[in-house]
Amino acid sequence: MNAVKRQKNRKVLLMGKSGAGKSSMRAVVFSNYVAKDVRRLGATIDVEHSNIKFMGNLMLNLWDCGGQDGFVENYLTHQRTHVFSSVAVLIFVFDIESREFMADIQNYYNIIQALEECSPTAKIFCLIHKMDLVQARLRIQLLDERVELIKAQSRGFAETMEFYATSIWDQSLYKAWTQIIYYLIPNAHTIEEMLKQLAEVIDARELILYERTTCLMVTKVTRSEKENPYHDRFERISSILKTHKQSMAKHTGIPAGSANFAELQIKAAGFMFFITRLTENTNLAVCIPPAEHIFNTARLNIELSKASFASLDVASRKRPVEGSVAGSSSTGDLDRA
Amino acid sequence: MTLDDADTPSPAPRFHTGKLPNSKTQDGKPRLLLMGQRRSGKSSISNVVFHKLPPSETLYLETTTKIKKESMHSFMDFQVWDLPGQFDYLDSAFDSAEIFSEIGALVWVIDAQDEYLEAITKLNATILKLQSTFPSINVEVFVHKVDGLSDDYRSDTYRDIVQRVQDELSDAGVENAPVSFYQTSIYDHSIFEAFSKVIQKLIPELPTLEALLNALCANCRIEKAYLFDIVSKIYIATDTSPTDIGSYEICSDYIDVIIDITEIYGKIPDPNEEFTNGAEQIGAKEVGNGPAESLITLEKKGNYLYLREVHQYLTLICILGDDSPTDRKGLIDYNVSVFEHALTQVFPR
Repeated sequence: MNAVKRQKNRKVLLMGKSGAGKSSMRAVVFSNYVAKDVRRLGATIDVEHSNIKFMGNLMLNLWDCGGQDGFVENYLTHQRTHVFSSVAVLIFVFDIESREFMADIQNYYNIIQALEECSPTAKIFCLIHKMDLVQARLRIQLLDERVELIKAQSRGFAETMEFYATSIWDQSLYKAWTQIIYYLIPNAHTIEEMLKQLAEVIDARELILYERTTCLMVTKVTRSEKENPYHDRFERISSILKTHKQSMAKHTGIPAGSANFAELQIKAAGFMFFITRLTENTNLAVCIPPAEHIFNTARLNIELSKASFASLDVASRKRPVEGSVAGSSSTGDLDRA
Repeated sequence: MTLDDADTPSPAPRFHTGKLPNSKTQDGKPRLLLMGQRRSGKSSISNVVFHKLPPSETLYLETTTKIKKESMHSFMDFQVWDLPGQFDYLDSAFDSAEIFSEIGALVWVIDAQDEYLEAITKLNATILKLQSTFPSINVEVFVHKVDGLSDDYRSDTYRDIVQRVQDELSDAGVENAPVSFYQTSIYDHSIFEAFSKVIQKLIPELPTLEALLNALCANCRIEKAYLFDIVSKIYIATDTSPTDIGSYEICSDYIDVIIDITEIYGKIPDPNEEFTNGAEQIGAKEVGNGPAESLITLEKKGNYLYLREVHQYLTLICILGDDSPTDRKGLIDYNVSVFEHALTQVFPR
């Protein structure tokens, strides 16, 4: 974690049965798709690679692996070492509505075996997807059942793996991905320390660092004396920001990828809140007590601290290579121009 | 959330003036009545517009069996009437004067996807009755659920309904009845736009407000300014430049952002107290802080959206348009406070 200022490439595999929602998820999180537009996506052929640059020196190397049986067969045989070696994270997507859950489990087991062989230190995030299709009162029970079954087949990973119930229609997706990103960021601790200092200086109630394109939370600092009852507020803000970005894009005619606001400020009774750009690919959300002088000093101090945060970003001059290899997407795919 | 339960009667006394509803009978709130055939979408409308129910959830609403009266803690007041077959409010046993004397507009909902002839017959009977008793009531016909129709079919249906209503009315000898038509759907912003236009007709101060907004726009080079009732997301006035649904949408989405974030941070929790909604917090009196205010600055276009609370229920939202440099905020702030001052003279708090 020290002086070696190299971009850290982390390989992330996105796997699961065909039609489970892997590419939809990717489109919503990384390519500014609206949930209802994902129906335009076609089937993923073989593997689609995309590189996403994050705060700090993290480069996410996302492999969206098409889930049709033929491809999976191929991953497990001919491309076994190519696909499964040096994996940092495997994201396995289960469709809650799947009728052949046992077949899914079998498929999962085969992949786990391959993964254990090639990269035993990988971490598994298991997303039980399309939760919106299940009635609200049945969700917890169904989820628990599935989790038990999946865990039983997870061999050495059963201890460390994490489960999330997700849906592209609400903020649960952001919750899961936030955890994944947090796990991957190599210098999260450094960033957190710097944020803490900043929070002290400007007397902030809360600081939240968001990645710009995806609106995913990188990290946060809370120093409000009273606990905020909205424990899901970070994902909620992610979701709010994302929705807003789309509506701005629609109105201004700027592509969604670049319809970024320089600043959004809200001054209301009881609090002041603003979101501003911190580094090339992060936004900082700040919640402070309601007073004009605190607001102004906070803005000033953040402006001044930008340089030191930017130094955490490596290779900020070099534009990251972006865009998926296969051209299945139609509009605004990963455009961050 | 924002509405009182139907069962709690308003404590203020009611007088029967038979005049325009926003004469001084009460607090000057415009009153609306929502009527229509069974399953035409009245409860869905009231839930989506006034309770912020997601449109997809309206599928699970129960049938309304009695008259629901809801009073909003907001700029307007409205009631929902269900008119299933068994219930004939035109019957003399029924005291229609009690209700109709209070309202300013009657919103009649017609399901455009269903057989609408019977609805039109009932609508016309109602209009004729009102013409003889309360001719000042505006009748607003919502041709509803148009989202399910293809574009061609939609305008055909709409025209057919308009034609039939007008023909039948002129056959009955009523010309120029105050009837207007709107195409609406709860799945987009059209329902809010339609309500906005309905409400605007009930505000006698509208020309003044429009003149004020025009002056504001001209002096600050604002592209479009809206005066919103933030709880219902209905705008009660805008400047007189042409409106398009896009500008409304962006403002409405903007309000959502503000309300959502205010909900998260606005209330430092007091465990014994229930959460009120965001708008009320914006309206709450707080020491050491002026009215709620918000600004979005875009990277490529400078200032873009500006919001400022200007009245107990009303919020001014301005789309600043292209090329509005960030340093113009001071000018806007000043002019908006002038506007706010003028508004307090129009609507004394």
